Amino acid sequence: MKTPSELRYTEDHEWLRPEGKSGRIGITDFAQDQLGDVVFVELPEVGRAVKKGEAFGVVESVKSVSDVFAPITGKVVSVNQGLVDTPELVNQDPYGQGWIVELEIADDAEVQALLDAQAYAALQEGGH
Amino acid sequence: MGKRTPLYGEHVALGARMVDFGGWDMPVQYPSGILAEHEAVRTRAGLFDVSHMGEIECTGENALEFADHLVANDCMRLAMDQVLYTPMCYPDGGVVDDLLVYRLQDRVLLVINASNTDKDFAWVREQQDAFAGDVKVRDISSKTAQLALQGPKAQEVLQRLTAKDLGEIAFFHAAEDVEVAGKRALVSRTGYTGEDGFEVYLPAEDAVHVWREILRAGEPEGVIPCGLGARDSLRFEACLPLYGHELDDQHNPLEAGLKFFVKLAKSDFVGHAALVRVQEQGGPERRLAGFRLLERGIARQGYPLLDVQGQPVGTTTSGMPSPTLGAAIGLGFLPAALAQPGTRIAVDVRGRAVSAEVVKIPFYRRSAK
Repeated sequence: MKTPSELRYTEDHEWLRPEGKSGRIGITDFAQDQLGDVVFVELPEVGRAVKKGEAFGVVESVKSVSDVFAPITGKVVSVNQGLVDTPELVNQDPYGQGWIVELEIADDAEVQALLDAQAYAALQEGGH
Repeated sequence: MGKRTPLYGEHVALGARMVDFGGWDMPVQYPSGILAEHEAVRTRAGLFDVSHMGEIECTGENALEFADHLVANDCMRLAMDQVLYTPMCYPDGGVVDDLLVYRLQDRVLLVINASNTDKDFAWVREQQDAFAGDVKVRDISSKTAQLALQGPKAQEVLQRLTAKDLGEIAFFHAAEDVEVAGKRALVSRTGYTGEDGFEVYLPAEDAVHVWREILRAGEPEGVIPCGLGARDSLRFEACLPLYGHELDDQHNPLEAGLKFFVKLAKSDFVGHAALVRVQEQGGPERRLAGFRLLERGIARQGYPLLDVQGQPVGTTTSGMPSPTLGAAIGLGFLPAALAQPGTRIAVDVRGRAVSAEVVKIPFYRRSAK
């Protein structure tokens, strides 16, 4: 499983790529592998304010429905419209073209509090 | 830790994702994924471990009469080595389970759902106590492994492992003492995928050998192991009911669309009076219907079904995007008046009303040869 070192992670298997005042969010390689073939992604509306830990999107595979939780508090500034027609991008390129939303970062401290790649990888090895 | 089939080690070695299913540790999918496994069965063939299924053996002079008393379908018209599908009801018409009944040389075999095995066996025992004829019942589930090879290439592949002419086994018929890869098995042309295929029952200790041999024999055709995920999506497209979804003790088989498998002309069986009453009162008030979503979204089990005014009128029993049809479809119970194809309804998908249309079922039917 890949866990790029430049990203921050949650225990719920989301990643955040901070770039200035905002950051893209997706689900990790581990999460997409666990879910299996992704067939549908429900995206939040642009402009929606979300709180850290709030479910603000849904990723569905053939068999299951999984919430996507906001890793940090912020406002949705854009969503990945490419997932509407090709949800399988989440499987094929979870850290790239499979990104789900971009959030405006409200509090930098929340970003700093997220797991780094090493801590997230250790969590997986700890048994899931 | 759940119960394990004799093939547990094979699944782990193949990289399967194991999940709990009715108390069993079962493979939900292998690394190929549900969609690829589903497609393999529709276009080639796939091999399933279904050893978790329960088997009850009925012996004695009146074993067939006993089975006939237990279930709603007509066992008395079964020829030797013939198989039938049937619901088994409580006296109030609710469904205990759905099962296969095999009429074999010296016994009648009932093949029941894994998660219902203990409940079913207790129920069958109870009926046996009240039954006047000569019958003994035995739960042989733990000694019996079951493999299902399903798909258009199933016969061609399995034929390589046996001298028995599989072409002689007709749909819903069985053959006993068939040597498969050198092991003796009961082979039937049955399945739960909507495709042609075989189910192979054999002693638990022979399961690993035969599993490996079938996969090896099927390599040229691209036969792959398939998990419960694909088994569910395949049976769902073919509208084969799954206990706990389309069937339970709160619904009778007439509501669940199994009228064809309920023989009310039979003089008596458990649940007969209740089902006769349903028919006399004009048929069931609610019916299982299939629907297709007209907007983006996926209906899942438990999601409410709404009428066009937005009032809840039923519940989704199974739903997913159909790999074969490429559309999000579902099954659910609706008032009889709304269960007609063409009727507009909606599905409450996490608080959003997604419009849908009732369609004819089954969603998928394999083309005739």
